[in-house]
Amino acid sequence: MFDRHQFLEKNGLILTVAILVTVAIGGLVEIAPLFYLESTIEKVKGVRPYTPLELAGRNIYVREGCYVCHSQQIRPLRDEVERYGHYSLAAESMYDHPFQWGSKRTGPDLARVGGKYSDDWHREHLIDPQSLVPESVMPPYAFLQETALDLSNMSAALRANRIVGVPYTEDMIENAVSDARAQVDPFSDDYDALLERYPGAIIREFDGDATALTEMDALIAYLQVLGTMVDFDAYEPEQNYR
Amino acid sequence: MALNANQASTNPIDDVVLTSVFLAFGILLSLYVAANAADPQMEIHALMFAAAFAFGALFLARHVMEEPKAEPGGYAMGVVRAGVFASVFWGLAGFLVGVVIAAQLAFPNLLYFPDAAWTSFGRLRPLHTSAVIFAFGGNVLIATSFYVVQRTCRARLFGGIAPWFVFWGYNLFIVIAATGYLMGVTQSKEYAEPEWYADLWLTIVWVVYLLVFLGTVLKRKEPHIYVANWFYLSFIVTIAMLHIVNNLAVPVSWTGSKSYSLFSGVQDALTQWWYAHNAVGFFLTTGFLAIMYYFIPKRAERPVYSYRLSIVHFWSLIFIYIWAGPHHLHYTSLPEWAQTLGMTFSVMLWMPSWGGMINGLMTLSGAWDKLRTDPVLRMMVVSVAFYGMSTFEGPLMSVRAVNSLSHYTDWTIGHVHSGALGWVGYISFGALYCLVPWLWNRKQLYSNALVEWHFWISTIGIVLYITSMWVSGIMQGLMWRAYNEFGFLQYSFVETVEAMHPYYIIRMIGGSLFLVGAIIMAYNLYRTARGDIRANEQVPLAPVPAAAS
Repeated sequence: MFDRHQFLEKNGLILTVAILVTVAIGGLVEIAPLFYLESTIEKVKGVRPYTPLELAGRNIYVREGCYVCHSQQIRPLRDEVERYGHYSLAAESMYDHPFQWGSKRTGPDLARVGGKYSDDWHREHLIDPQSLVPESVMPPYAFLQETALDLSNMSAALRANRIVGVPYTEDMIENAVSDARAQVDPFSDDYDALLERYPGAIIREFDGDATALTEMDALIAYLQVLGTMVDFDAYEPEQNYR
Repeated sequence: MALNANQASTNPIDDVVLTSVFLAFGILLSLYVAANAADPQMEIHALMFAAAFAFGALFLARHVMEEPKAEPGGYAMGVVRAGVFASVFWGLAGFLVGVVIAAQLAFPNLLYFPDAAWTSFGRLRPLHTSAVIFAFGGNVLIATSFYVVQRTCRARLFGGIAPWFVFWGYNLFIVIAATGYLMGVTQSKEYAEPEWYADLWLTIVWVVYLLVFLGTVLKRKEPHIYVANWFYLSFIVTIAMLHIVNNLAVPVSWTGSKSYSLFSGVQDALTQWWYAHNAVGFFLTTGFLAIMYYFIPKRAERPVYSYRLSIVHFWSLIFIYIWAGPHHLHYTSLPEWAQTLGMTFSVMLWMPSWGGMINGLMTLSGAWDKLRTDPVLRMMVVSVAFYGMSTFEGPLMSVRAVNSLSHYTDWTIGHVHSGALGWVGYISFGALYCLVPWLWNRKQLYSNALVEWHFWISTIGIVLYITSMWVSGIMQGLMWRAYNEFGFLQYSFVETVEAMHPYYIIRMIGGSLFLVGAIIMAYNLYRTARGDIRANEQVPLAPVPAAAS
């Protein structure tokens, strides 16, 4: 056997091909089935694509590297379920391009942070984390409150998401900018249209400042929707045992 | 090898013409994108690309005008010297950013600035990881692979000016990635943060790298391909595969910096950790094992311990490593069968890893006394020992029950650093200490005593780093799951953060010591390249640089 190995040692191209075949197998066996096994993603009710404002907030979450310190993945362990809530389902991140499960909890898990704190709390905490949690090691994000949200690429962002598989309709793409504005204005004319397109969306003045649509609005809108979409009354874990 | 004779005669005009056309096209495309940029980040990056291509054109002109310098043995060593310089530079930069972000977690109130977004931990942490893995590690791998493949094939690098394209192109990728992080350009996939256009650029550079390396192997004058080159080849081929698949994405605009990953949720998670774990497996392991297989035998002046073991080591390592990714996703929404596969192969991986460690260490057979007198060899041997330690710890942490405690905590950070500082760092430092005297034709290093200082200061640094992270990680894991006598969770999350404080300070001190060691190395290498020898350190019988193997 070792003598035959000399063949590879004398043929660089065949050695290269042999390496490629050897390293391709593991990934093919582990990853490819996830795309066609129906049991991979649970059947749930309530998960919808992000509203334009939530998506913009998610872009900020990605941009600032929040995933570096915060996971979005609750494991089915007693202490985690008691600390954070129901364990995470694959269905909850099926529209997440890319996923934000994270790998480190320098800060707490955020998979179900939506609705746990008030908008005011989030705003104060993002501006100066230590003012609310003195022991925190989180950086301050005061500039979010002063930065106007850039909506110029909003429709294109939804369109790119549709290409990779998120079911945004043409209607949603066309109205992306007005939907983003409507979500911070409970008195806007687009209120009903927004709710029709995105059932259950939270519509309110997230950053407490009605004069401007800021990055703070978007990030808080995103944080407040995290983990709140699945209707757990209608969820039956036994049917999704994998 | 019938191919050899023809492939060796590369016409030097062709590669110059090809590169000129490429650069001209690059400048035009960059300026077009800059003029039509969808966001300011893309505008800055497009202008940087244009400037880099213009710089490339100047470099090319100088290259054409200049008389080619005769190199001993006809090897192309200029690009290796440049790689050594870049390695030291990026090493210092990456370690420095590491110390800064460690200090941010230890003293958040002093080092955060509410209105300077680019100073926040979230943007600096990818800068640190990319700087040490891809900038420092990548330049070490490119430089050593270009050196080793020439010496072990007894052939000049293939492709004329192409090796220089690989060097500058790769470092341009590093600069684009690093400045991108500071501006918030990231796709948030760990160790694959650069956005789509940087990824496309790296793909071009990487394919040329493969062609240069493989072309040199194919025109070799040795009958056999030396074992180190198998490892380099698998590193280059596999990184290409991982990089392309994991970075598949759809840009929002062809002139904008933002893109959305092709995959989502659970599929994206496994693709990402298949990539990231094998960035460890193939970038930080097989690439540096190639360094081990060349530099340790060379320095110890002993043959590799076992040829058969190296064959078994090579194929079992590369086959098994690729399966290990799912152990990063234990107890997540990833289906359990995938988690179990990942765990099983991770435990199996212990065997080839230790096979390689034994092959490296036993190469010292009959030369163990050199550890007393040669601090460079000692550094490389300790590196292999760290490799053995972290490849034992890894399979342990991949077991689901252990992982339930260790995951999300600093234990993982400690584990990574025992591999990164101990294994990757020390084998790289050893190779750099070997290469500088060889490349600049010096009889010896400027100072062996300074190597001793480097070795001991950074070893103390590593020990402080990994022990503090073990303690803080295991403590935090235990605090998260602690219950009081009434059956309630005992600690709030922030109490566990508060408990980390002393360990974060110890970690910062450990990292600082490692940085100090690297600064000593940089000084030592600089004086060596200049041809200085420290007073009273003249070696009476100077060892002749070993001939080509």
